[in-house]
Amino acid sequence: MAANTISITVKIWRQSDPNSTGSFENHRLEDINTDMSFLEMLDVLNERLTLSGGEPVAFDHDCREGICGMCGAVVNGIAHGPERETTLCQLHMRHFRNGETIAIEPFRARAFPPIKDLIIDRSSFDHIITAGGYVSMNTGSAQDGNTIPVAQDKAEQAMDAAACIGCGACVAACPNAAAMLFVGAKVSQFALLPQGEPERKKRALAMVEAMDKAGFGNCGNERECENVCPKGISIRNIARLNREYIRAAFTAD
Amino acid sequence: MQLDAQIPAGALAEKWENCKFTNKLVNPANKRKYEIIVVGTGLAGASAAATLAELGYNVKSFCIQDSPRRAHSIAAQGGINAAKNYQNDGDSVFRLFYDTIKGGDFRAREANVYRLAQVSNNIIDQCVAQGIPFAREYGGTLANRSFGGAQVSRTFYARGQTGQQLLLGAYSAMMRQVATGKITLFPRREIMDIITIDGRARGIICRNLITGKLERYAAHAVVLATGGYGNVFYLSTNAMASNVTASWRAYKKGAGFANPCFVQIHPTCIPVHGDYQSKLTLMSESLRNDGRVWVPKKKHDTRPPAEIPEEDRDYYLERKYPSFGNLVPRDVASRNAKEVCDEGRGVGETGLAVYLDFQEVIKRDGLEPILKKYGNLFHMYEKITASDPSREPMKIYPAVHYTMGGLWVDYNLMSTIPGMFVLGEANFSDHGANRLGASALMQGLADGYFILPYTMGNYLAQAGACDLSTGHKPYDVAEDAIKEKTKSFLRHSGSGRKGLQTVDHYHRELGALLWDYCGMARNKKGLEYALSKIPEIRAEFNENTLVPGTGQQLNQSLERAGRVGDFLEFAEVMVRDALAREESCGCHLREESQTEEHEAKRDDEHFTHVAVWEYTGDDREPVLHREHLEFENVTPSQRSYK
Ligand SMILES: Cc1cc2nc3c(=O)[nH]c(=O)nc-3n(C[C@H](O)[C@H](O)[C@H](O)COP(=O)(O)OP(=O)(O)OC[C@H]3O[C@@H](n4cnc5c(N)ncnc54)[C@H](O)[C@@H]3O)c2cc1C
Ligand code: FES
Repeated sequence: MAANTISITVKIWRQSDPNSTGSFENHRLEDINTDMSFLEMLDVLNERLTLSGGEPVAFDHDCREGICGMCGAVVNGIAHGPERETTLCQLHMRHFRNGETIAIEPFRARAFPPIKDLIIDRSSFDHIITAGGYVSMNTGSAQDGNTIPVAQDKAEQAMDAAACIGCGACVAACPNAAAMLFVGAKVSQFALLPQGEPERKKRALAMVEAMDKAGFGNCGNERECENVCPKGISIRNIARLNREYIRAAFTAD
Repeated sequence: MQLDAQIPAGALAEKWENCKFTNKLVNPANKRKYEIIVVGTGLAGASAAATLAELGYNVKSFCIQDSPRRAHSIAAQGGINAAKNYQNDGDSVFRLFYDTIKGGDFRAREANVYRLAQVSNNIIDQCVAQGIPFAREYGGTLANRSFGGAQVSRTFYARGQTGQQLLLGAYSAMMRQVATGKITLFPRREIMDIITIDGRARGIICRNLITGKLERYAAHAVVLATGGYGNVFYLSTNAMASNVTASWRAYKKGAGFANPCFVQIHPTCIPVHGDYQSKLTLMSESLRNDGRVWVPKKKHDTRPPAEIPEEDRDYYLERKYPSFGNLVPRDVASRNAKEVCDEGRGVGETGLAVYLDFQEVIKRDGLEPILKKYGNLFHMYEKITASDPSREPMKIYPAVHYTMGGLWVDYNLMSTIPGMFVLGEANFSDHGANRLGASALMQGLADGYFILPYTMGNYLAQAGACDLSTGHKPYDVAEDAIKEKTKSFLRHSGSGRKGLQTVDHYHRELGALLWDYCGMARNKKGLEYALSKIPEIRAEFNENTLVPGTGQQLNQSLERAGRVGDFLEFAEVMVRDALAREESCGCHLREESQTEEHEAKRDDEHFTHVAVWEYTGDDREPVLHREHLEFENVTPSQRSYK
């Protein structure tokens, strides 16, 4: 890894609070080491802004390992930026060119109100889980783990769905700001496993209802969600959600 | 400060049963009269909040992140231990207990560790029932892998995302209780102080991170599950928001701080690559199952790894520890990596790295099975370094990872402040001087699902109800102090003064000092030097830090300033503790105390104790108390992994 540096211009969204109208601000950054992560580049920007008397850019982040789902922004028009299956924190500057202008703005959706700069409110996702994204099982009442066998391929498929980090990129990328990939992933995880069986119908109905209530749009089969998902979650999960929903709606008692 | 560990009577295997039986109970109808504050939503906090709410208590749950699901526990990769013995390879509760006590170099309480091993099996059952997609065998049973420090296969896992899946399970259980109204969520809050009234923990003050407002909450008991303090080193594998603030403020309110110098340095992390680096990335220890660690035999050998023939390679772990080989415990692996790099045999641009090589196993088993096991880790490594581990060996180096030290708790997980309980990485309880892989997730969930729910009832049944108004004087006093501190942090905002520095500048400086003098190897001279330097950095920080913006808004610089300010105070106690412990044990290598073969040499005669520090005022030295450790069921031996 020989150290290379590039110079870039960031065109970044600034908005001081939920009620103000935001706008883009330009900053030139010289000597950006290409081994830096995207967030480290923003750290450098913030250090410079701070020391020159400005206010640093507010952005959410925590694990910086692509797993907590805290980070996220639209970079050059793509949620989490140009690399496939990569969260913003795992994106590295070697994927940008010297002299490039990089546009950075928050995930935008009706159900994700802005808070400040790149920070948005994603509590609508928590509301959806509250509606039914669980197996009702009190601590202490479980039987021995191996008494519930799960075929390996089913466990793997459930894991594929359960890998969702709840970042919201799917919503940001969707022209209708739908949350079907997020909901589909959770409903699928449980629909694929025997543990999810008892509450299967109730869960699908309740989570879809909560999703509608939170102001997410409808799925128009645009597939943009799948393209930007940092965990590669497949839209097959949306198809499964639709099946689960219909099954529940027509057979519920 | 009184340190009564409250270890129940009876034989080791009966203590927990005895404790549960003699505990006072709160009757089901009365539980709803009690309010409990749980700070933290990692594995420990989320499992506790969910379980307490299921029992009928009213829970208020606090975390820094925008959702409880994003707590640092989410990042755990490798797995969780349990003594199921599904592999029929000789595991048992006693063996898990023994491995954990021995792995911790005989510096943990027997009774606590035994209980941990006992409830480990319940955890797996609970998590399976929640629908966590653990790895399975073809026949549908649960799969296991091996981890360092053990010769049985007892680690359960969900690909390389075990922490994520376990946390999402606990989070789901919590959200179910949010739906019932038993849990109220307070995300994006940072706890600023613990309120004690009549000597009992009765509430908290926290900052609303969106509005900047200070908020007061009262309860009959307070639970801290706020994680570890590894970020005191600036660079670590911990999430960026991990901090010591909650524990530190509790310490200043009378909670003893135990073994602060016990910090685990993990052997397999991606090496530091530049001064802009903000955190370090762990490569799961499970890689050591198949990867071979080596460096060139010759010093400063700059040939690419593929051009170094077998006879010029030193597989130093296999050479020195033939029976455990690459699977020696973390402290041993880390120390040996440092040793070979100090000898000038390190690799990579900085010379601060060793190879972790998969060529042999790929040759033996083929690439596909290896990618199935480690594909996501290889992918992550390549993303960060632009090098593919299936072609070229990984370069790894130790990094700060986990803190065994933490707030002192008794067997009931209660701190020296009555009514304040501490769970998970934030307490000191089970790992002694070194934690074995896959045991933190086990401990966090044991504390939250299966221990606290019992011991909390015992406390509340005896302490009873109390007034829950937040108008008491201690709230005013604490709030005034917080406001004063905030004002001081912000005083340079907009001043245009020259010569100021950012918060991170001082954090980096502190981190570098601690890494050099209170890191993988420590000695009296270095520690004394660090102890003299920390107040200097702190004074500089207090004088010259530029925190922009105001206190009445979302202000991430102000958040960091508060955390770094606390790290700068805490670091001193950590170094003091390292200085006072004149033996080597586990992670703590005092260069003055080594065997002839350069292995850590314990001094059981003088140091078979937990060191507990008591706050006595900002300008006074803390007082050291000792909880003596009794070993009745195992005999402390010099650890050997040869
Ligand atoms: C990269 C990595 C991999 C790991 N892999 C494994 C593994 O494979 N197996 C294993 O057993 N262990 C592993 N560990 C260790 C393990 O993940 C942690 O020790 C464990 O998850 C800690 O859980 P916790 O609940 O105690 O705290 P955390 O998960 O750290 O949660 C802390 C919580 O407290 C909140 N909080 C903190 N401070 C405040 C404050 N001041 N105010 C309000 N809220 C606050 C946070 O918001 C968060 O919700 C790993 C650790 C790392 C870093
Ligand atoms: S910071 Fe956690 S996913 Fe990016």
